[in-house]
Amino acid sequence: MISFLGILFDGLAYGVLLFLISVGLSVTLGLMGFINLAHGVFAMAGGYLLVTLTGQFGLGLLASLPVIFVLVALGSLVLERVLYRPLYRATPLEQVLLTVGIIFVAVALATWLFGPGQQPLALPPYLDGQLSIGGLDLSRYRLFLIGVGIVITLALVFGLERTRFGARIRASVDRQQTAEAMGIHVGRVFQLTFAIGSGLAGLGGALGVNVIGLDPQFPLKFLVYFLLVVVVGGPGSVSGTLLAALLLGVADIASKYYLPQIGAFVIYAAMILLLITFPHGLLGRRRSS
Amino acid sequence: MMKQPGQLPPYIQALRSRERWRGAEIAFWLSWVAVYFLFPDSLLFASQILITGLFALSLDLILGYAGIVTLGHTAFFGLGAYTAGLLTTHGVHEPLLGLAAAAAVAALAGWLTSFLVLRGSDLARLMITLGIAMLLLEIANRATGFTGGVDGLQGVEVGALLGLFAFDLYGRVAYCYVLVVSFCLFVLVRALMASPYGLTLRAIRENQRRAVAIGVPIRTRLTNIYTFAALIAGVAGALLTQTTQFVGIDVLGFGRSADVLIILIIGGMASLYGGFLGAVAFLLAKDQLASLDARYWLFWLGLLLIVMTLYLRGGIMEGLRKLAALTRWSRT
Repeated sequence: MISFLGILFDGLAYGVLLFLISVGLSVTLGLMGFINLAHGVFAMAGGYLLVTLTGQFGLGLLASLPVIFVLVALGSLVLERVLYRPLYRATPLEQVLLTVGIIFVAVALATWLFGPGQQPLALPPYLDGQLSIGGLDLSRYRLFLIGVGIVITLALVFGLERTRFGARIRASVDRQQTAEAMGIHVGRVFQLTFAIGSGLAGLGGALGVNVIGLDPQFPLKFLVYFLLVVVVGGPGSVSGTLLAALLLGVADIASKYYLPQIGAFVIYAAMILLLITFPHGLLGRRRSS
Repeated sequence: MMKQPGQLPPYIQALRSRERWRGAEIAFWLSWVAVYFLFPDSLLFASQILITGLFALSLDLILGYAGIVTLGHTAFFGLGAYTAGLLTTHGVHEPLLGLAAAAAVAALAGWLTSFLVLRGSDLARLMITLGIAMLLLEIANRATGFTGGVDGLQGVEVGALLGLFAFDLYGRVAYCYVLVVSFCLFVLVRALMASPYGLTLRAIRENQRRAVAIGVPIRTRLTNIYTFAALIAGVAGALLTQTTQFVGIDVLGFGRSADVLIILIIGGMASLYGGFLGAVAFLLAKDQLASLDARYWLFWLGLLLIVMTLYLRGGIMEGLRKLAALTRWSRT
């Protein structure tokens, strides 16, 4: 029973990471239909930025998180302007090729700059170690992760449901042409959403260094996981993405714990099954067009 | 203009001219024969190029002609490779039998998965094909007693071809074998794509609604071209096993799916020869650049992909077509 709760806890922390990284991808995919396989690159950039900021510049973990968010968001704006924009109306194949190319270049650059190995990261003392609650030994860092996840989810839901910009995003996701006719500049909405989503991915990558590791193969290794979260959750749906990410996190940790000999098999099989039974995602909106 | 008796109507003439072998095509295949005599030391490498070209051709059938985007085409290549390998470790050493078994297994897998792949949006297709390949990779990785796991399948012993020609160290027999098999399959594919069947595939790719309107049975067409492409990919995988006498687990990896996609893009889609030309360019460049440093290779490959998708669509075949048009124009 205890171990079950422990797995649930670890799985939820892992799911929060997946949510942070994938939510930007979900919204941009729902908004523009752009198949961005290179989304993991932004997460990897966040991870390496954290290692550099805490290692070479001596910044604290908490202090570097906002810096990472801003830097990755700015970097993604440049990429969006130069590489992504010409292909918005292109075929899925061209988008796949472009973003696979971006992954390859990023993997090569990361290997060149930081070497092929895993990156170590020392946690500050207040996040290190265990916390005993009701007989359960919970890792402080994972508790912190879940806390961050709750804060960011609330912020996202508030931003999407209660602000003017959120209303613009929802309108653009629902029906782009009508939104444009109402005077919403969908291109600019997309640009900002893309930047925020990439910044969040950077944040997720940075927070994940200690949990899921960081090496130059990161964007390829986790590509399936990010896409899976988005497709199962339904592109464009924040709550669907959260649900899918938490489910996947718990399922992945549980299958690795209970069925180690089968490994990732369960995840891939579940993914294929889910895609066939829910082609629009668990909570996805059905496109009428 | 009056139609003269005995002369065929123009649309039949157009169809006939599609079927006719052109000089450049004959020269292309003759040059592979010439390779045997000109580069006797690199025949193993040349067979690799042909096998990769054949694999790219199979991808061309579903991606270039039918317009199905896949990220897991290597699943069938790997199935063929493992089938051919496992057959020899279980006592069947005749290569042609291995080829037939690999083709059958891959085609069956292609037919079964086609029902999963052909439903849903492009994104769902990408995920399902990727998932199937990952699933097979995971099985090959975990079933170490059966497949050898990460170390690959050892002890593949391929017998003499038809009991007559034993595979030699320099790869002479292997090269001829690969060339003959590739050519036969190519002729088959070429005939199929020049036929009305091939035309309906293009119709589906260009506009599904109109294809339905003129009575093309879309689902059947896509299912059987997917199966056929899987069959060819399986044969290519089996050829790789038989010529290298080894099955590495990377035959199922994402890297190989991405590579074959890139090869097809470099060569040019829906052109029959794009896969082979792309394989020549890709493997020669990889051989040269990767010997400098494997990391730089990935960097240049990524950069090439970005530049090609943004500025150079159509690949080598499009470039050749433009060149041919230019020379024709300057001659007149």
